[in-house]
Amino acid sequence: MKIIKSRKKIGDILFENLTMIFALLVVCLVFYIAYIMFTDSEESRSRFGFGFIFSSEWDPVKEEFGALPFIYGTIVSSFLALVISLPVSIGVAVFLSEIVHKSVRSPVSFLIEILAAIPSIIYGFWGIYVLAPYMRSSVQPLLESVFGFLPFFNGAMYGTGLLTASIILSIMITPIISAITRDVLKAIPVSQREAAYALGATRWEAIKMALLNARSGILGGAVLGLGRALGETMAVTMVIGNKAQIKASLFEPAYSMASVIANEFAEASGNLHISSLIEIGFILFGVTFIVNTLARLLIYGMTRKA
Amino acid sequence: MKGRAAIVMLAAFLMCSSSCGGKRSLSVRKPGGQINGAGATFPYPVYSKWFYEYAKINKDAKINYQSIGSGGGIRQITEGTVDFGASDSPMSNEEIQKADSKNGNKIIHIPTVIGSVVITYNIPGIDKSINLTPEAISGIYLGNITKWNDPAIQRENAEMNLPDKDIIVTYRTDGSGTTFVFTDFLGKVNAEWKSRVGSAKDVKFPVGQGGKGNEGVTGLVEQLEYSIGYVEFIYAIQNNLKYASVKNSEGEFISPSLESLTMAAEQSSGEMPPDLRQSITNAKGKDSYPISSYTYILIYENQRDSFRGKIIKGFLQWALNEGGKYAKDLGYAPLPSGVREKALEKVNLISF
Repeated sequence: MKIIKSRKKIGDILFENLTMIFALLVVCLVFYIAYIMFTDSEESRSRFGFGFIFSSEWDPVKEEFGALPFIYGTIVSSFLALVISLPVSIGVAVFLSEIVHKSVRSPVSFLIEILAAIPSIIYGFWGIYVLAPYMRSSVQPLLESVFGFLPFFNGAMYGTGLLTASIILSIMITPIISAITRDVLKAIPVSQREAAYALGATRWEAIKMALLNARSGILGGAVLGLGRALGETMAVTMVIGNKAQIKASLFEPAYSMASVIANEFAEASGNLHISSLIEIGFILFGVTFIVNTLARLLIYGMTRKA
Repeated sequence: MKGRAAIVMLAAFLMCSSSCGGKRSLSVRKPGGQINGAGATFPYPVYSKWFYEYAKINKDAKINYQSIGSGGGIRQITEGTVDFGASDSPMSNEEIQKADSKNGNKIIHIPTVIGSVVITYNIPGIDKSINLTPEAISGIYLGNITKWNDPAIQRENAEMNLPDKDIIVTYRTDGSGTTFVFTDFLGKVNAEWKSRVGSAKDVKFPVGQGGKGNEGVTGLVEQLEYSIGYVEFIYAIQNNLKYASVKNSEGEFISPSLESLTMAAEQSSGEMPPDLRQSITNAKGKDSYPISSYTYILIYENQRDSFRGKIIKGFLQWALNEGGKYAKDLGYAPLPSGVREKALEKVNLISF
């Protein structure tokens, strides 16, 4: 104890403080961004109040602004993306960490991770020129013929729309979730697996045990993926249809918070318009914050039970 | 251990000091120096060509232009953070008043080139250019006309067999001068449009879905059969899109071309107000294409820095006199001579 204390020289103290300053800097930045968005949205907040969150009207000419269609579009597209991506990502991770031989593992991991490096505008154009026509000619008619009795899967088919945006997002977040899940699975001690086999577990049972032990890490990966989906702008705006409306059908065009900011901010000239867009930014900040907090609580609850 | 910490500290210190130093040198602005402009994306290609050519003539003319959008251009010139702004639509009275009073100066509008909006479409089996009336276009965008073989469209395209299919409407979702010109035209030709939707860079379209940018709209129109959309003329030319002939105010169906754009400006030049802020959509004249507009450079009359003021004035004079040929090469319609003279008179007002 004494030895350690005596080695703590001025350099160490300075270094500790320096790292602390860096950490505080990031925290301050987050609060500063929130503060600026809050103050700059003053005009819109005082004009519309809480009604802003519940109004579906978005008309820059008549200066009527409401955020509900954007909140809806962002949350639904992101959660749908997570629902599509999570099983795929876990499958990929299990395959890579538990099943496949080492010589195949690296190239496959590399290819999946390279998905994360593709710029989102490329996803956007791929979505509009490749995925959307395919959705329109094959996927949407199939969904309607099977699930057409549900309001979510019938109506006009454009190829673009909420569902297509969710699929693009799910592809974009798969590398993040699968990479984290794979690392978490790898971190489980070999001895546990050996013990499971020694007790007569089948391979599936051993994997199930590993997945159960890794669940908090997997959820953490899912939260990161969800965060990316909530904030994604370019790829979404290319395929979502950019219409501020709330329709039951997932085939219909919708809009997202990040997209409307990107689309309208540069050309917005009215103060109320700008202020409303900033308030949408603030709400997006809030939504991301709430989603992350809920997910952390969920993880905390699960790890405590384990 | 101690050594490593010291090295990290040193590195951090060096990084910090070098970045701070960089900042300091940036903030010191030489008298004169670089000229900054910001604004519309639409004229960016021709402006950058002009800056490049003019720099060959005047070695001091280092002009930096950021195409951040017309709204941003108006905001920045109002704040006085740029030497000139650029916008596809003229500033409103309110915006002018705000800029003038904030800077104790007088803003002037200088038209530079003419741009236009074309109606593009995707109807399988129809390769020729279709004819569209203002009533048909506004009806489609209001959602009152929903089928391609609607009499309002079929009547003007007698030799074609238009399909009994739903029209899929697409529009520009990002705020743009293109949308402003298009909705300005619709507001002039259709009273319902004017009262229900209005004219602006962002409007609430009653029907359809939005694409981001010219490329986004084009992507939607290309992949959605039986769709319609609107894009910038130059963009349509460069990408070989099909576009419609539009009936002008004198009942002629006119295909957009550099000539029919300049014609629309020329026919309207008689009524040009002294401040040159004029909409030329639905212009009179048999050969005028009806969906076109000027794009403007916005600048304060009294330039406080004589070095920079002199360069900008010289540049604008050169651009209006000599720039037309570069504009044409890039697909922008040059100003008709009458308007050019009025614009030059405005440039001559710039003092320093």
